[in-house]
Amino acid sequence: MKIQQNRYKAVVIGGSAGSFQGVTKILSQLPADFPLPIILCLHRLKHVRHGFVEALSIKSTKKVIEPYDKEPLKKGQVYLAPSNYHLAVELGNTFSLSTEVMVNNSRPSIDITFDSMAYVFRKKLIGILLSGANRDGAYGMKKIKNRGGTAIVQAPEECLISTMPEAAMRVTQVDHVMKIQEIVDFLGHIHKHY
Amino acid sequence: MYEVELAELKRLAEFIKTQYNYDFTNYAMSSFRRRVQRVIELYRFKSVDWLINRFSGDEAFFEEFVSEITVNVTEMFRDPSFWRELRDQVIPNLLLNHEHIKIWHAGCSSGEEVYSMAIMLSEMGLLDRVTIIATDLDKGILEKARKGEYALRNMELNKKNYIRYQGKNNFEDYYTVRDDKVYMNPELVENVQYRVHDLVNGPVFNKFDLVLCRNVMIYFNQVLQNSVLIKLHESLFRYGYLVIGAKESLIWCEIANKFIVVNNEERIYKKYRD
Repeated sequence: MKIQQNRYKAVVIGGSAGSFQGVTKILSQLPADFPLPIILCLHRLKHVRHGFVEALSIKSTKKVIEPYDKEPLKKGQVYLAPSNYHLAVELGNTFSLSTEVMVNNSRPSIDITFDSMAYVFRKKLIGILLSGANRDGAYGMKKIKNRGGTAIVQAPEECLISTMPEAAMRVTQVDHVMKIQEIVDFLGHIHKHY
Repeated sequence: MYEVELAELKRLAEFIKTQYNYDFTNYAMSSFRRRVQRVIELYRFKSVDWLINRFSGDEAFFEEFVSEITVNVTEMFRDPSFWRELRDQVIPNLLLNHEHIKIWHAGCSSGEEVYSMAIMLSEMGLLDRVTIIATDLDKGILEKARKGEYALRNMELNKKNYIRYQGKNNFEDYYTVRDDKVYMNPELVENVQYRVHDLVNGPVFNKFDLVLCRNVMIYFNQVLQNSVLIKLHESLFRYGYLVIGAKESLIWCEIANKFIVVNNEERIYKKYRD
């Protein structure tokens, strides 16, 4: 597998139904000094503000935090989109939150996070879309590809519900279709060659 | 597909600033870009220049554009635990040394929080001891707030929030339903004054004991957040309360040191220095 060294600046992971295990596995095998910020945009209950970030942190090698509006992105930090907000990244690498209408029935919407990060990081972004039961993230994946980023979807046969990665594969030519373990290895490879 | 570029967005904001009394130059770029993109797709414009041309001489269209850029959705009793804190701590605290409380909803949008406030105060028997001023820069949305007319489909969520808030009554007592719309009881907002006011360009117009500005400043960049916060600070009596959204923070603003955190979880601040 050819990975251009020092190329990437950020990783964004989108997921919905059936993605929790995959995300947990990725976070649990992440090198403790993984250098890139990782932004998680996962569909979650809108009225439950607490618990999710803690649940994700338990097995993660890094603490997961929910950013505040205008918080600067830090290298190597793992962020989770807060409940009932859309999460975007601004030029200048700060987060912005928004309470705009739901997109694809979702807030946070993966499309919004992917699109904003594609705009900021262009070819230096890795977008990963995991298991899920709707089409959120497909349009965002297309944006990542259009801007030169790397698009990875979880292998449909491994997904609990494969609607989401399949929707992305229909609207754009993704770079890799990978099982969770392969995604872990891919990120490990980036770490080794950073 | 046509994608709006940064330079075009800057040009658009500059154009609006010089031609109209609105300043979007310091709006958070991510959402401003998305909104402009949406308008362009909605009207099938070919570029930002088309949009700018469309403005000329068409005041109504410009108003529509402002709405598209600024309107935000909100819920009644969004973050129920925040409203409980307001009911159980903030309001009782203010009543310790106030006969009358002045409240400002800064950026009230379609008025859901104003109704939440009115319902809360009415259940506390305090409606006649408050003055509420609700402002927004968008005339259209303010009219909607004044009417208290909402889509029936939104009420399920509002009701769930109200139940989590642990209100005293049945939520349905506060409105009547006709067709697919609900009409909030007008006596709830008898004492509410709705006014057009622009947080960005507008003056400081009054002083308050409690200012709610929840999930409004998230649409601004840090420069603008800073200047708006200076206005909010000036609009508060000393020891008055400022409340912001659940994931907003003042710590990146210079003037933050004139506030103390009263409740970190619910983002409740108190002005303690002039």
